[in-house]
Amino acid sequence: MKALVAVKRVVDYNVKVRAKADGSDVELNNVKMAINPFCEIAVEEAVRLKEAGTVSEVVVVSVGEKSSQEQIRTALALGADRGIHVEVEGRPEPLEIAKLLKGVVDKEQPQLVILGKQSIDGDNNQTGQMLGALANMGQGTFASEIKIDGDSLEVIREVDGGLQTLKLSLPAIVTTDLRLNEPRYASLPNIMKAKKKPLDVTNPEELGVSVTSHITQLGVAPPPERAAGIKVEDVAQLVDKLKNEAKVIS
Amino acid sequence: MKTLVIAEHDNNTLKPATHNAVAAAQAIGGDIDILVAGADCGAVAEAAAAIPGVGKVLSADNAVYANQLAENVALLIADVAAAYDNVVAPATTGGKNTMPRVAALMDVAQISDIIAVDSPDTFKRPIYAGNVIATVQSSDVKKVITVRTTAFDGVPEEGGSATVEAVAAAHDAGLSSFVGEEVAVSDRPELTAASVVISGGRGMQNGDNFQLLEGIADKLGAEIGASRAAVDAGFVPNDYQVGQTGKIVAPDLYIAVGISGAIQHLAGMKDSKVIVAINKDEDAPIFQVADYGLVADLFQALPELESAI
Repeated sequence: MKALVAVKRVVDYNVKVRAKADGSDVELNNVKMAINPFCEIAVEEAVRLKEAGTVSEVVVVSVGEKSSQEQIRTALALGADRGIHVEVEGRPEPLEIAKLLKGVVDKEQPQLVILGKQSIDGDNNQTGQMLGALANMGQGTFASEIKIDGDSLEVIREVDGGLQTLKLSLPAIVTTDLRLNEPRYASLPNIMKAKKKPLDVTNPEELGVSVTSHITQLGVAPPPERAAGIKVEDVAQLVDKLKNEAKVIS
Repeated sequence: MKTLVIAEHDNNTLKPATHNAVAAAQAIGGDIDILVAGADCGAVAEAAAAIPGVGKVLSADNAVYANQLAENVALLIADVAAAYDNVVAPATTGGKNTMPRVAALMDVAQISDIIAVDSPDTFKRPIYAGNVIATVQSSDVKKVITVRTTAFDGVPEEGGSATVEAVAAAHDAGLSSFVGEEVAVSDRPELTAASVVISGGRGMQNGDNFQLLEGIADKLGAEIGASRAAVDAGFVPNDYQVGQTGKIVAPDLYIAVGISGAIQHLAGMKDSKVIVAINKDEDAPIFQVADYGLVADLFQALPELESAI
């Protein structure tokens, strides 16, 4: 069984992103970039399925500018077998990415597609579900555990009230939540080996997909600042402030 | 202009997130109808019909929608949406699961997690864990929108008398089935609807110590939350998690105990009206957003707090 994993190049999760002074966009110059944490979990899950003998090949795909190949190499170092880079300029929207991934799915015919549940730049949480609709596959979003049994997949999902278990027929889409696994670190020999693994570059035309933008970003701004608070001396003063100043407890 | 709001419910009760989504739909303007997709969900449709200002409630009461399987419900919504300009749902795990599927079926973008409506096609939404607020304009004729519920005050529950209309369409994609669920049973209010939230972090050290929060929560009528670190460490279940990728809360009072205040946690609670932080590390970033900070050992401070309130 072939697994396809989508990964995205995003600002590293430790970076506190700021709006540019003119409010046109976020400041991304000289900012550390990395593989989206949820995508890293997706790669790890596919690699574990391969190690368990359930999956025979792990193909990793990224839609983005040329620099996205760094993140594909990272995924290859974590154990993916080969990479596909769909080269596009700018920042494609989730629907465009989903259409391009559908093009890759049509070509590769994976039984399992694993994506992160959201990327920590746009915080959209859309691409996996959109791909599910376009490819007419079932979806197990926000997964904290998956089990493959023959031609079906059982997935435990993190939902508002607790956990939900679904059964999906394969091929299917899984989007990862934080607790699906803890990704490994790439070892130096594996990073060296990853450089020799195949990485194909394609583009929307070759995939026969035309993409158009539906959303225009008019501007960005910092969120409203909270007024500076105070330190209280002890619990008694805290309770007094909450009762008499903030009036949030009685 | 006509907007369809997707009801959030469990087949028995209409969830308050629906009332927040209706408020966002009102901010967009035009006529509002509500779609209730479920099974044996008549009581939910009645509750939706009682919301003032709603034109009609469409009730798709069919076994195929019993468990809100995204594959089935998305087909229904995309079908019903043909008669509407906007489809609006709360950005709960249910809305997040289903609505992008709807948008793709309709070949439109989704605008996720809006916090303000500037005009019928222009919205504000947080990006980068809420470090930046983007203003985005949609060029789609039909719009699919999810709503950050904490950003819109819920509309009243009573006072309206909309008609309830049955929708016969039974869409079964045949791709997925429901196996089971583990739903936390709690007497406390839902985390996202609670007016007071007390959350514990890694500083709680283990799950048993969360009992220290429970006594305080009981006295304040509060719900208990947690940071990702506490959930990952197995102290409490996943549905406690407050943060960028967990639940977004904005209660009147948020008490963060033993939580350092990573960007990702702040993204889930910094719109709370009053924030209290209790942490023994006086340099913890949580103090930068706290209205009242108490530098103290939580194992001493919590029992004191419980007896002082």
